[in-house]
Amino acid sequence: MTSIQMPKVQQSILSNKDKIIADLCKIINCDNILSHEDEIRPYETDGLTAYKQKPLLVVLPETVDQVSEVLKYCNENKIKVVPRGAGTGLSGGALPLADCVLLSMGKFNKILEVDYKNKCVVAQPCVTNLAITHAVQDNKFYYAPDPSSQMACSIGGNVAENSGGVHSLKYGTTTNNLLGIQVVLMDGTITRFGGKTLDSEGYDLLGLMTGSEGLLGVTTEVTVKILKSPEVAKAALIGFSSIEDAGSCVTEIIAKGIIPAGMEIMDKALTKATNDFSKAGYPVDAEAMMIIELDGTDSEVSELISTVEVIAKKNKCSSIKMSKSDEERLKFWTGRKAAFPACAKLAPDYMCMDGSIPRSKLAEVLKEIQKLSIKYNLPVANAFHAGDGNLHPLIMFNANDPEQLKKTEEFGAEILKYCVKVGGALTGEHGVGIEKRELMCEAFNDTDIQQQLKIKIALDPNSLLNPGKVYPILRKCAEEGRVHVHGGKTKFPDIPRF
Amino acid sequence: MSMEEKQNFQTSQDFSLSILKPSSEDAIAAVIKHCYKKNISLEINGLGSKKNIGKNFQSQKTLDLSNYSGIIKYEPEELYIKVKSGTPIKEIKEELDKKNQQLAFEPNDFGFLFEGESNEGTIGGVLSSNFAGPRRFKVGSARDHILGFKGVNGKGEIIKSGGTVVKNVTGYDLSKIITGSFGTLSIFTEISVKVLPKADLTKTLVIENPHLKKGLEYLNIALGSSTDPSGGVFYPEYFRDQFTFNDLTTEGPITAIRIEGSKLSVDERISQLLKELNVSSKEISILDSSQSNIFWENTRCLKIFTSLKSNLLRVIVPASEVFNLTNKLKPYNVKYFIDWGGNLVWLQLDDVNLNSIKEIRSLVKNLGGYLTIIKAEVSLKASIDIFTIDEVKYKISEKIKKSFDPKRILNPGKMYTGI
Repeated sequence: MTSIQMPKVQQSILSNKDKIIADLCKIINCDNILSHEDEIRPYETDGLTAYKQKPLLVVLPETVDQVSEVLKYCNENKIKVVPRGAGTGLSGGALPLADCVLLSMGKFNKILEVDYKNKCVVAQPCVTNLAITHAVQDNKFYYAPDPSSQMACSIGGNVAENSGGVHSLKYGTTTNNLLGIQVVLMDGTITRFGGKTLDSEGYDLLGLMTGSEGLLGVTTEVTVKILKSPEVAKAALIGFSSIEDAGSCVTEIIAKGIIPAGMEIMDKALTKATNDFSKAGYPVDAEAMMIIELDGTDSEVSELISTVEVIAKKNKCSSIKMSKSDEERLKFWTGRKAAFPACAKLAPDYMCMDGSIPRSKLAEVLKEIQKLSIKYNLPVANAFHAGDGNLHPLIMFNANDPEQLKKTEEFGAEILKYCVKVGGALTGEHGVGIEKRELMCEAFNDTDIQQQLKIKIALDPNSLLNPGKVYPILRKCAEEGRVHVHGGKTKFPDIPRF
Repeated sequence: MSMEEKQNFQTSQDFSLSILKPSSEDAIAAVIKHCYKKNISLEINGLGSKKNIGKNFQSQKTLDLSNYSGIIKYEPEELYIKVKSGTPIKEIKEELDKKNQQLAFEPNDFGFLFEGESNEGTIGGVLSSNFAGPRRFKVGSARDHILGFKGVNGKGEIIKSGGTVVKNVTGYDLSKIITGSFGTLSIFTEISVKVLPKADLTKTLVIENPHLKKGLEYLNIALGSSTDPSGGVFYPEYFRDQFTFNDLTTEGPITAIRIEGSKLSVDERISQLLKELNVSSKEISILDSSQSNIFWENTRCLKIFTSLKSNLLRVIVPASEVFNLTNKLKPYNVKYFIDWGGNLVWLQLDDVNLNSIKEIRSLVKNLGGYLTIIKAEVSLKASIDIFTIDEVKYKISEKIKKSFDPKRILNPGKMYTGI
């Protein structure tokens, strides 16, 4: 795999390992410090498995005070710290450094409070996203942001990445559903931003922390809003004979004033692959397929579904299938959520991109991707969160062929640059991490990046917390930007993705 | 005039004036760059609608953004509008109306309170203050609707963050930290905000004569139901003379719940809500669309406080603590109404002194909330904190301020002394 430059390894830290362990043993239970090669191997990578690096050691604190003490110690001794939740991130945000203490929040795995009166849940950061919904679903509540890895990804990680999901258009991403956090800064300061109130006082530090990819602080407690489940949800599968028709159907649905709970599009290649894999009953002959979900009251959903049907027909759809039961609705989504393993059957490897584009540019961008696919002679399949404009092209290749790997990286970078060119963003939900770090200058100029770095320095003057992530080390707009999967073996191959 | 001369003309400023009114982004940057070099502090102003909110502070000059106005791009299908920061909200609303869209967070109109008539202010002011109206609990606040911005920091550098798409996690979310910072970090120049479709129909379920505890309980049930309300208020009896609607029969306190949506769904959800609230048809009235619009517009614009002579506080505590709070406020001479479905208390304080404000502030804090002084008598305002902050967050905020505005020339002291 192409190597990526990381901050310079401090030999003095490496040679001081024994003393560091002895010192940390005074702060946390020695059993919670892992340093043997076999113990730390599980931490060498996250969901972006292309990159691997063992940390100096792993610590698993059990209390907020321990987190604070560890950070304070590392800050005073100029030791780099990489925080980690469930390690499912797709941009390498939790990739260790050779001379870092990897701070695993794994033991912070409890739901602390379910508060229906204030419609919120207080949880420790390593509680999974789905566990929050599970804790409240008996009372018909749920937590809205639903990244497809929700059964494994942690809520603290969601805060760090500002994770979204198929419901983002209607219900927002993490930042719109987060009420408060307890956070520990690199100097050991423990503080809270927000709480159980809707607004919080002063600068929106909660908003700043959300999506900061573990560079500004370590989240030790999370308070999120919960919503009452809609009475009814129905989904439809709509086939189109061209991407343009599917794209204009999306535009028209929104123009009509409909905000669907979810609206996804897959191209022919992915529709076929996912259908073969999950037998979801997709229209495999269609050039593009839309899955649209509408929620609300019974009559409202019926009304919306019939409006969508009219719009779809007007936009020359080739087939429409409505879900007749909740089971069928979930089956519609099964295929979509199995896109990763399905692709693994098509090629030895694939690279998952994560660009954001204006909804109306879908056809244009997909055409450009097709052109690039011919140029690079690599097949590509596309999944698109049409509701919120998040595009996930999956480039098929064989990583054992170094030439193909290089071409794939160039292909991926060209796609992301094109996303920015049409008014979109480098990353919609996977984060920058190490993966898109060198592409940051496609989106920002030096002044923009310097302003962001000044905030980093304000809160972490020695740049010890998760260094080497998000911001370019070299001033170059290089070739990276992907998730690399070999033979379907991601870090967690069973977890549905994006 | 050549292009170059034209540009120079546009950005040229007579810095000797006490009010600077640049009309382009470059000119704004030039003003701030100049002020940064010369250590000149600036008060940032749009239409002055929130000029009286925040601490009084000394500044050498005023940066007036009212000449920097206009819609840059409106894409209804992409659900966003990009505007210059000095654009009046009124103008934006008129444009969105044409496509039946809206700024869903319903920014408050403080004009009635301070000037006796509407002054919606500018989009820059609305975002800088981050005050949202009744729909807050459903759709979020201004900070949830900003997609991206360009702006000028305290060194006169043009910076940007975000964009026009909903999903964007590229770099720190600076849109959030600038929103609600009262112009103390950077000056917004171009702003992209999310817009959403207006509902086909709005109706309001009014439950008449509940006592406060019951009224709050109704709000709690409504917000926790699948009927998806978009407004929930409690008005006590003493404010009822301000709400004379044909369909309201009694004069006691009211709990009002707004339901928006398609025709079919609104009626369906109201009947569902009635069941969940367990109220009889005798206890309720339903306001039709036009009456509903007036009712919620009055609420959003804080009409009951039109030209208020005394003090007004905005108190935010967890919904579960609101009743407790009102009990604790009994010793003080207060009037209040409750917005955001029981998550926000607008508190009018008559005969107030420094100590009582401090006491109220501390009891609000103990309940897990905070208060902001929106309007205070001149003598009181000079001696009291408008916003509060604890020591740790002050230190963090001070560092953040420094990273954007190292010489403290942008609205210095408007939020906190020293920031």
